[in-house]
Amino acid sequence: MQAAMLGYYSHLALRSFRRNPGLTALMVLAIALGIAVCIMTLTVYHAMSGNPIWWKNERLYVVTMDNWDPNNGFTRGNAETHMPPPLMTYRDATAVLHSGIPERTAIMFESGGVVSGVGPVPVRVETRFTTGDFFPMFDVPFLYGAGWSRSADDPPQPVVVLSRAMNDTLFAGANSVGRTLRWNDHEFRVVGVLNDWFPRPRFYDVTEGAFSPPEDVYLPFAWGRALDLRSAGNVDCWKAEPLDSSEQFFASECVWVHTWVELPDRASRERLQVFLDNYWSEQRKGGRFARPRDNRLSNVGQWLRDQQVVDNDNRVLVGLAFAFLAVCLINTVGLLLAKFLSAAAITGVRRALGASRRQVFMQHLVEVALIAGTGAVLGLGLGALGLNAVRHMYATAHLGRPGGYQELMHFDRTGVLWAIALAVLATLAAGLYPAWRVGRLPPAVYLKSQ
Amino acid sequence: MLKMQDVSKVYRTDLIETYALRNFSLEVSAGEFVAVTGPSGSGKTTFLNVAGLLESFESGSYSIDGTDVRGLSDDQRSRLRNERIGFIFQSFNLIPDLNIHDNVDVPLRYRRLSARERNERIGSALDLVGLSSRTRHMPSQLSGGQQQRVAIARAIAGDPAFLLADEPTGNLDSLMARQVMELLEQINELGTTILLVTHDPELARRAQRNVHLVDGQISDFRAYEARPLAGTDAGATLV
Repeated sequence: MQAAMLGYYSHLALRSFRRNPGLTALMVLAIALGIAVCIMTLTVYHAMSGNPIWWKNERLYVVTMDNWDPNNGFTRGNAETHMPPPLMTYRDATAVLHSGIPERTAIMFESGGVVSGVGPVPVRVETRFTTGDFFPMFDVPFLYGAGWSRSADDPPQPVVVLSRAMNDTLFAGANSVGRTLRWNDHEFRVVGVLNDWFPRPRFYDVTEGAFSPPEDVYLPFAWGRALDLRSAGNVDCWKAEPLDSSEQFFASECVWVHTWVELPDRASRERLQVFLDNYWSEQRKGGRFARPRDNRLSNVGQWLRDQQVVDNDNRVLVGLAFAFLAVCLINTVGLLLAKFLSAAAITGVRRALGASRRQVFMQHLVEVALIAGTGAVLGLGLGALGLNAVRHMYATAHLGRPGGYQELMHFDRTGVLWAIALAVLATLAAGLYPAWRVGRLPPAVYLKSQ
Repeated sequence: MLKMQDVSKVYRTDLIETYALRNFSLEVSAGEFVAVTGPSGSGKTTFLNVAGLLESFESGSYSIDGTDVRGLSDDQRSRLRNERIGFIFQSFNLIPDLNIHDNVDVPLRYRRLSARERNERIGSALDLVGLSSRTRHMPSQLSGGQQQRVAIARAIAGDPAFLLADEPTGNLDSLMARQVMELLEQINELGTTILLVTHDPELARRAQRNVHLVDGQISDFRAYEARPLAGTDAGATLV
């Protein structure tokens, strides 16, 4: 279509809007509401179901082994998952760590602590105990310094990595690398400060809230044992065994360690699987692993699905949002038909003066596109307002920082792209039929009725 | 020029078939002024719609300047209508929310002429009908006679070979009607072929030829010696 005709059709569309401003506003509002609701649900769904480290989906794997009760499988809620527990025993996790097969291995748990020695008052902090591979494995960005090396893992060196927010709190945002602080009265040296990093969902540990923010402080994993710490995260036990001492706990069948590995290729994946299976056989001979063999390497996408990070309610919600959009569009189709047919006599005149069906179709399609475009823009605005409202409704604080749903409700670029795609679909869905229908009107009938 | 041979047009419902045109044959030469008369329901308007390519027909043949219209696509028919045919309606059929200039511009837009050429043609057409000073007026601001003159300007702006007029004076008082007829005669003198559908025998007599329809068939031909001069009330002489 020539640009001149496009301009002419746009001019006619604007005149048409002036002819029926109420009807036009109603259509724009219907499309806008439908799109706004879809944007809101899709933004939340996308944030909840997205793989935040998709580029490493074929490299990063969670290791799980079924060491559970021989009579009852691992349960979530009251239902058996028919999967191994999501965490590992200390014994099994360290066996993977020392296997030497993965390119990188991160074992970890979460604990609380108090940082002092910097600033006037002590600060309570969420702390992740992990191995130095954690940072390069998960492509964690650094503002200052870097993570610690493997040599600092065991025996554990007094090194610490801070989140950017914690560095802002403790050191007013200055480069704190080389500075010292006290964590539960033990002195640690800052080796790195993270840049902003908030993977959604927090894939590396979804057991304590999949959309919680990452921790403020990171310490070498082995400090957990050295300082006789227990996990503040999930600890699941099935066996009646003494857990009084630290030694008993670390040797128990309780699962509490997340185990992630980075495997660069299929061969290394197969090697680790063989290692796990052999390890399982050896342990079974020693009286462990009474259940059928179920040693898994799950990539990030599979892991998020297995852990039901996106529950069925959210999928239903997305379905309902699209159903609502469909209702809005069907209403818009009806309104468009009414609007176009009410001007059928004018269309008849245009046909008599030489407009082809195709030209009439294009003229009305441009009108629909303008309505849908306006609806989409308004829908974007309403969607942003809606997300903002949800954000305030579900505002939560996580150690003084926004967290959970509050941080989830940001209007990201993907949401905008979805909205544009929706607007295009809305244009096609709502406009094609009425525009086609009006082009098929027999002009002679309407000329006589003018 | 315009040639219909045994054209039949049938309107069908579930129960009945009604022949609006039955084996209708007519030839109109370039520059003719032909009046089509007949009682209500005789098929006058159907004839005009078929002639103007606004309606299809069931049987027979119809050609314009030697081009058989039956095999043409909608695009081709629309182009032919746009370039070769102008319409004038009883109720003017101006587009109410476009001003006079933009109303006359409508058929030219579909011909994709440049803005300059369109403006020249609009100016000439409005000059001819004596409304060049009213280009920014809306149709509702004009009298019935003026509106019909705008419709005539719109019909001739594209320089069509045929002008199809369906009761163009039906909604006008006698003075206005006479002015419109004089305008049509003036346009005909400039070489445009005119087919005029009318109830009015007096108007019909001002045409060169009169085709009388009854039940979709031609019942009578009358040819006149000469069209009366514009501005006179003199009747034509039957030959």
